[in-house]
Amino acid sequence: MTSQAESRARFGVPADAMVFARSVRKSFGSLDVLKGIDLTVPKGSVACIIGPSGSGKSTFLRCINHLEQLTGGVLLVDGEFVGYDLRDGKLYEVKDSLLCKRRADIGMVFQSFNLFSHMTVMENLIEAPMRVRGVSVAEAKASAEVLLARVGLSEKANRYPRELSGGQQQRVAIARALAMNPKVLLFDEPTSALDPELVGEVLQVMRDLAESGMTMVVVTHEIGFAREVGDDLIFMDEGVIVERGEPREVIANPQSARTREFLSRVL
Amino acid sequence: MSLVEPKKTTGLPLDLPVEELIVVPRRRYGIWIGIAIAMLFAFFIGKAFATNPAFDWATAANYLFHPSIMRGLGKTLLLTVVIMAAAIVIGTIVAIMRVSPSAVLQTFASAYVWFFRGVPALIQLIFWFNLSLLFRTVSLSIPGVGTIFSVNTNDFMTPFVSAVVALSLCEAGYLAEIIRAGIKSVPHGQFEAASGLGMSYRQILRRIILPQAMRFIVPPTGNEAISLLKMTSLVTFIAVDDLFYTAQSIYARTFETIPLLIVVAFWYLFVVTVMSIGQHFLERYYGRSDRRQENPLIRLLQSLLGSRKGRVQS
Ligand SMILES: Nc1ncnc2c1ncn2[C@@H]1O[C@H](COP(=O)(O)OP(=O)(O)OP(=O)(O)O)[C@@H](O)[C@H]1O
Ligand SMILES: [Mg+2]
Repeated sequence: MTSQAESRARFGVPADAMVFARSVRKSFGSLDVLKGIDLTVPKGSVACIIGPSGSGKSTFLRCINHLEQLTGGVLLVDGEFVGYDLRDGKLYEVKDSLLCKRRADIGMVFQSFNLFSHMTVMENLIEAPMRVRGVSVAEAKASAEVLLARVGLSEKANRYPRELSGGQQQRVAIARALAMNPKVLLFDEPTSALDPELVGEVLQVMRDLAESGMTMVVVTHEIGFAREVGDDLIFMDEGVIVERGEPREVIANPQSARTREFLSRVL
Repeated sequence: MSLVEPKKTTGLPLDLPVEELIVVPRRRYGIWIGIAIAMLFAFFIGKAFATNPAFDWATAANYLFHPSIMRGLGKTLLLTVVIMAAAIVIGTIVAIMRVSPSAVLQTFASAYVWFFRGVPALIQLIFWFNLSLLFRTVSLSIPGVGTIFSVNTNDFMTPFVSAVVALSLCEAGYLAEIIRAGIKSVPHGQFEAASGLGMSYRQILRRIILPQAMRFIVPPTGNEAISLLKMTSLVTFIAVDDLFYTAQSIYARTFETIPLLIVVAFWYLFVVTVMSIGQHFLERYYGRSDRRQENPLIRLLQSLLGSRKGRVQS
């Protein structure tokens, strides 16, 4: 039995689950940041996570692609542990090369863009496909051009990141993540570092992505985006999921007092 | 607080169009006095150099391209290049150990820097030169297999080799610190973004972190190379026939001390100048992603004159 099949059977992972989290815990020393997160994100859906600062949203995203190691619980992406293999009921830490291969399938977009500042836009886009996937230069460039057109930045291919506006940088960062053909895209407050007038262009790109069927987990403060685009709205506070549901429903009719209080502050 | 009409105490016609206002520069008497004093000094120094017969410019000119001097210069350059190359390799390895997650490697790297930066270069040099006092032979034996090789320490620890070993190890201590600081200056987000894309630790270091660290590494490394060039004159102590040693052996015979020192100083200055130009272009290359549009010639001149304000900071 493959590790993937064994995990699916063992944890009862639904066939259509892209991200599957059960009792996910994470502590930094004595600080418990995640205290048992249960969440299933079906393939092709968009899950939006909201919550106050320090509630553990970024930490949860970073656990998904194994930038942080879990303290406890189970977290599977497409039925697989990212950092481990399950064989005969034991978790074996995978070698670095396999971890890298699996991470390459999980795209991440950061609040602070994190474009490689010594590389042009084009070089940013072709670096990982060439180094990690072994794609040829010509092929990588061709698909990078398609992606740049998709985020509306074809004419910026030879610019350096610092020559672009924040909104443009974030669109390049999204294109860079897409260049790896990820199974799922994680967004950590992608618009929080942007001037208000630049937020729209980034959200538009994300909206198009959602429509094309990309599975996305989005930490955001853009309630409007969550309402329109999200299939699920998750409210986190102090390391637990307090409330989740259909976005319109949660926003219009929050069940918990904490959600109500938070929404009243951000709406 | 209430708004008060500003009083016109200056008497200036304030309704004059801006283009017609005349700007009168402030008088800077201090600067003029400074310039006068500096020029006076320059004159006296120049006069002393030109007229004092002990400088003996003609002799100096004769020795400038003397074959022995040329050979000595070649040796000095060879030493600098070989030592710098070795030091960059060792320094990079030590720096990477120092930023690695392993506490053992970190401690080892710190100890390396502590020791090789702490002991004066001259002492290290003489120590390696006298290695045979510690170990008569160096041999590699594997139990059960026998001796693979065995050589007399004195046979391979020639003055030249001792100089290369000693000064590379010493220089690597300085470079390791420069490279480590460069690596640390790259924001952590770059590492995370690259990990998120599935790049391996080695790929991230080589493709993402080190190239960005270069902008911080190149300027101080250029300075290190220049001071290394001069530091190689220490090898005179262990009788490596570099530029300075050659000049010394000539003036020991002919007593033309000052002219030969002028020749030596000239060549060191010449090489340092060439190195500064090279450094300038290296800096330009690694700073290309954040270059401001400026006249390259002006930048070159500024770089040579050492006024590189705002170069390193991004
Ligand atoms: N590497 C770390 N070491 C120690 N503590 C950490 C680390 N990373 C996060 N934390 C702590 O974990 C808690 C949750 O942080 P996290 O970044 O996940 O919050 P967040 O919900 O994303 O907040 P924000 O909306 O401000 O981004 C915070 O108290 C933070 O200080
Ligand atoms: Mg966060």
